[in-house]
Amino acid sequence: METFSYHHKVPQRASGSKPMAIVGVVASGNLEVLVERVLPDTDCELDIKTAAEGFGAVWKQVVADFVELRSPGGLKLSVNDGGARPDTVALRLAQAVRLIEEADP
Amino acid sequence: MTLDEILSSLFPQGHDVGNDRGLVRGSGALPGGGRIEVLGVVDRTPIGVDEALQLSEWVLDVIAQGGSDPILILVDSDSQRMSKREELLGLNEYLAHLAKALMHADLHGHATVGLLFGHTAAGAFIATALAARTLVALPGAQPEVMDLPSMARVTKLSIEVLREKARSTPVFAPGLENLAQTGAVFATWDEKRSLAEQLQGLLNERRAHHDRRDVLGKQRGGRPKAADIQERVHELAIQTP
Amino acid sequence: MSLAPVAKRDADEQRKAVSWYEASARERVRLLLDVRSFREFIGPEKREISPHLHIFNLPEQFDDGMIVGRGLLDGQKVFIAAQEGRFMGGAFGEVHGAKLTGLLRAVRDAPSIPLVILFDTGGVRLQEANAGELAIAEIVRALIEARTAGAKVVGLIGGRAGCYGGGGLIAGCCSALAVSEQGRISVSGPEVIETNRGVEEFDSKDRALVWRTMGGKHRRLIGGADMFVDDTIESFRVAAIHLIRCSSGFDTDVLESEQLRLTQRLQQFGLCTDAIQIWRAAGIKDAEAVPGMATGDFIALANKIREPRYDAR
Repeated sequence: METFSYHHKVPQRASGSKPMAIVGVVASGNLEVLVERVLPDTDCELDIKTAAEGFGAVWKQVVADFVELRSPGGLKLSVNDGGARPDTVALRLAQAVRLIEEADP
Repeated sequence: MTLDEILSSLFPQGHDVGNDRGLVRGSGALPGGGRIEVLGVVDRTPIGVDEALQLSEWVLDVIAQGGSDPILILVDSDSQRMSKREELLGLNEYLAHLAKALMHADLHGHATVGLLFGHTAAGAFIATALAARTLVALPGAQPEVMDLPSMARVTKLSIEVLREKARSTPVFAPGLENLAQTGAVFATWDEKRSLAEQLQGLLNERRAHHDRRDVLGKQRGGRPKAADIQERVHELAIQTP
Repeated sequence: MSLAPVAKRDADEQRKAVSWYEASARERVRLLLDVRSFREFIGPEKREISPHLHIFNLPEQFDDGMIVGRGLLDGQKVFIAAQEGRFMGGAFGEVHGAKLTGLLRAVRDAPSIPLVILFDTGGVRLQEANAGELAIAEIVRALIEARTAGAKVVGLIGGRAGCYGGGGLIAGCCSALAVSEQGRISVSGPEVIETNRGVEEFDSKDRALVWRTMGGKHRRLIGGADMFVDDTIESFRVAAIHLIRCSSGFDTDVLESEQLRLTQRLQQFGLCTDAIQIWRAAGIKDAEAVPGMATGDFIALANKIREPRYDAR
């Protein structure tokens, strides 16, 4: 197992007021993302734990792209990865942010 | 110890426990007075729909006769019978029914004690030995969830790797010591001492109904989280308005 | 708190459209219960993960594949437990099992609140075999204590992992069961039977054989499940509400009735070698057509062959 931790400064706070959300399942080719609104507005943290070793550079890039695209300010995202492809990772990260930004109906 | 030696040590005054194709049934006197009903699976017999149905019939007989005689469950079984026929006929219901009957008996005056003296595994283990309020074992008993070669096949790890990992944890490998550490086996009896005395001693403890194997598993280090998680969920669920 | 009619209507439509089989455990819980009524106990943010999977270099899941909590089902308070069949095959590990045991002990202490269990499991998690086996034994004990106190425990089976091994035993202890076509209930799995007894005894690759022997339709016809339902959240929801209402208590009479029911089953079908034979013996003329039957037709046939009974489980 490998763990990575990334901190980013972002311009914009993630919208909405939900304190947490979760997407995905830990399985082969899949991952879960737990997102919690626990940081200052311009901070973002991602903690990754992955069963597929040796992909540090890929994770770094996927995370950087995601942070730039979504500006997830105030959010801590925690990932348990079962060996998902980068596009699946990107999808789940986006889903997690969308879910926590969603207004309750 | 052979089955006969065990029965002689349990019932020095004699007993009427018989063995019919691997299923045992009978009763014996307790040193402190009163009798104990005996039933079980021996000779490493697998438990299929027929065996489970017979055992549960005997349990229901004990319940029907009333009174408060405890029940001793002798176990030296195989796993559940693995066959197309068993699953076709719904083995899960037969094993569940046996467990239900034993627990119902236990909750209605007939304290159940499991005595594991040989082998048991998987579904048979759950429906007999683990369905008793208290499970004790004799040295040399070999309980398991699944044998290592099968585990190796399913997990796609070699037996050597599994054995290596088993050295650092009691949580998955077969064996009496491991099942004791996780809280499944309450005590291992001393085969050099009278089993009758040890049985009477156990019955005298009048241990509370509620299942405390999780606490035992925590105390012995085999299951570090189960007791706390159970307690926390219970508390959260109870306090909700 | 009253919800806008729009939210309720959306929920109804979603329930009818979403496949139970395809949905995650979390989605099943969210959609099964009344809109926004679910409150989780020890949710994923508590990070109570397995203490054992790291030994095998396997990834953990924050909820260890078991969701427990409470909510409303058609306005009625219920407890709920749901297994995620895609995480470690939905198998019982130490934390996974302990969550359900704790919930059942609460049900024992508050027996007027029913429990709905969403099964999706391959049985014991081998990497934590002893803890998993013991968890199942404790769950069975807690379930029987809860039913003895008067509680209703309803099981729903229709997920990817089925309801195998110790899960099958727990299911057999429930007050009532609903199963879909996709659902399977068994103690030994197809591969295990084949490995131990050979392919002549059971060809695990023969999907039709697996479903005839262990699948939802067969279980309904032989009496191993009480209701057969469509693969939608809505169908399972309707079934859960119905079974909570109709299912029996648990006492000596129920056990005696079950003993009789299981004895009669062996008398009637004990010599049959395949499900087709059993279905014919049960009075179904065109037994071969059963697997292909649509839900509505099958339910009508099943009710003719074996009227549901709720006093012998």
